[in-house]
Amino acid sequence: MEDHMDDDLVRALATDLYGTFPRVVERMGRRLYWGLRRMSGDHHEAEDLTQETLIRAYQALCGYQHDRICELKLEPWLWTIALNLGRNHLRSKSRRPTLVKLTEPQGVEDPEMVDGAAWDRRLNALPPTQRTAVVLRHVVGLGIDEIAEATGRPVGTVKTDIHRGLGRLRTIMEAETYDARA
Amino acid sequence: MTLERELAALVGDLPEGISEGVALGTGLADGFDYYESPIGTVVVTFNLTGVSGLGLAGDDWQTHFQKRTGRALLRAEAPRAWARHLPEAIEAGRPGKVPVDLRTVTPFQEKVLEVTARIPRGEVRSYAWLAKEAGRPSAVRAAGSAVARNPIPLMIPCHRVVRSDGRIGNYSLGNPANKLALLDHEGADPLWLEKLASRGIRFRANIRTKIFCHPTCRHIRRSKPENVVDLHGIEETVGYQPCEVCRPV
Repeated sequence: MEDHMDDDLVRALATDLYGTFPRVVERMGRRLYWGLRRMSGDHHEAEDLTQETLIRAYQALCGYQHDRICELKLEPWLWTIALNLGRNHLRSKSRRPTLVKLTEPQGVEDPEMVDGAAWDRRLNALPPTQRTAVVLRHVVGLGIDEIAEATGRPVGTVKTDIHRGLGRLRTIMEAETYDARA
Repeated sequence: MTLERELAALVGDLPEGISEGVALGTGLADGFDYYESPIGTVVVTFNLTGVSGLGLAGDDWQTHFQKRTGRALLRAEAPRAWARHLPEAIEAGRPGKVPVDLRTVTPFQEKVLEVTARIPRGEVRSYAWLAKEAGRPSAVRAAGSAVARNPIPLMIPCHRVVRSDGRIGNYSLGNPANKLALLDHEGADPLWLEKLASRGIRFRANIRTKIFCHPTCRHIRRSKPENVVDLHGIEETVGYQPCEVCRPV
């Protein structure tokens, strides 16, 4: 179902990039943000990276031919960009207008969930490759192949990372329940 | 709940501001901000290319902008790379270090506006002169409509363009009174200009240097009054060289 919707979106993108791109932001933006949020543990970093990823994606699409856009697997491709940006922390924002948020009561703009801090603590205990693989698989919902593509790691390694990551999370959470009881 | 289910529930809504930030960063929307000008508060719109529009704050500039460009508008800060030069560009009436986005006008109109942007502060030029400088001397009316459609008045100083007979003419930013106020602010003395026009004076010449200029050219204004003569038409310029700065013909 989701796949069909993505196919339609990619086709629409290939014929009308300008008109369709806001739908990409709407559809993919939240998974991108919350995935990055759980990987980085920081609202501002996740916000910056989400924005930057989508802007870079748009710029790249502007230079792509129709067929190349049609062949894109949109979400893994966005994650390839996001993970690269996260590594390099490139900034080129000085030529852009920056949004003025009209409603900005201090500290309220962070949309963190109730148990967000607990998840950051648990995920932070995982080695980076396991954390990335677990978040992409189970928070974002990418397939194993798609994660392999986005991270540039072999399928087997991705599977191992997810398996070990989940195992470690279970251990951590068991220890939490044990501590709570004690 | 299984661990996998708990992880899957960690996706919430897209935080406010991100899609707007993306729209500004990709150029799908323009930003706008308010600035002070010699004729009151103005709204400036901008994007990745540069300043894309300028209007009077109370006016219906938002509808105009959207009709002209088809893009959305968001309250924003101008790009840091040139934002600090913006107040000076508005006050001085020239783009200077501020890039401009003229993608909504035709190539000829863009050329006309580029020429307009080079008219010095406190001086005026005619539509005919603009047409000639833009490379199409016969396209005086087209030059006129290019100026009338100037998307960035004040910064591209179309208030320095007057009718070929020397009269002040219309102004797109509000009304002709604003044009007079701006010229006055720049020391161009609009009443003096109108008086020259009513007396049919088109050029002024220096009898010592044998050079003739537009009446507002800084070179002729700097000449000693006893050396300056008024010329009423091109036929009276015989024996004089045209000024290389204001290029009167």
